Amino acid sequence: MALDQSFVGRSYPPTAPYEVGREKIREFAESLGDTNPVHTDPEAARALGYPDVIAPPTFVFTITFKAAGKQVIEDPQLGLDYSRVVHGDQRFEYTRPVRAGDRLTVTSTIDSIKSLAGNDILSVRGEVHDESGDHVATSFTTLVARAADAEVEESR
Amino acid sequence: MTAKISYDSVEVGTEVPVREFRVNRADLVRYAGASGDFNPIHWNEKFAKEVGLPDVIAHGAYTMAEAARVVSDWAGDPGALVEYGVRFTRPVVVPNDDKGAVVEIGAKVAAKLDDEARTVRLDITATSAGQKVLGRARAVVRLA
Repeated sequence: MALDQSFVGRSYPPTAPYEVGREKIREFAESLGDTNPVHTDPEAARALGYPDVIAPPTFVFTITFKAAGKQVIEDPQLGLDYSRVVHGDQRFEYTRPVRAGDRLTVTSTIDSIKSLAGNDILSVRGEVHDESGDHVATSFTTLVARAADAEVEESR
Repeated sequence: MTAKISYDSVEVGTEVPVREFRVNRADLVRYAGASGDFNPIHWNEKFAKEVGLPDVIAHGAYTMAEAARVVSDWAGDPGALVEYGVRFTRPVVVPNDDKGAVVEIGAKVAAKLDDEARTVRLDITATSAGQKVLGRARAVVRLA
């Protein structure tokens, strides 16, 4: 079932601030097996010119995905079948890395909705700003809700 | 930002050695917890098969994160990434055994973009079980 095109261009209100903690960054880095001390040791981070530990580059996705999930994916009016959703593609533009102590808000916008071979393809942009209103990163996420009878390879 | 590789020392074609990353079910559970993405296709075999997948698949963002490490470890600073994008062309299927799946990731300098900003574009390759799992995987990195 094709999604409603009228949702294209819709922006959702900025999320409540997500406070980035050192231990959350550590947990995320460890889940990747990433032992770079810049993620866990403030001294190592300062040696590279950062005020505190920095998150791995894809960490910001966890924040933008959460925002997209709560506001877009679970928007009952949009009606996306999350159980059939796979991640189609993902891109980031970084102004600076996410770091401990950041309080980040995400503004999500639906950039496009396409229907291809019964699959719904939804592109969501998440603009991430810090407490001062400065841009940190933008996440471009494409989600594919696979058609109920499609094999996964066909949807890609 | 303090990348350890200097812009002047690389040229188009400079290769970043291929690294192997092993991923098993426990890694996916940990990543689900750390990232907050609890979609059951990443940990529940029954559910994954019910929605038409061959088995549990790794989070695309997990594979993407490992690919980022290849670039950022090479550059010497994860904060040196200016832009990074991938297409998830094929899922990494993670069997429920003690071996899991292996993803092989390498990269190559594809273009020197800006002499002043000292940015280069790396094209990344990622394969699992002989199949390409990331498409159009590219990172723009600011070098020293």
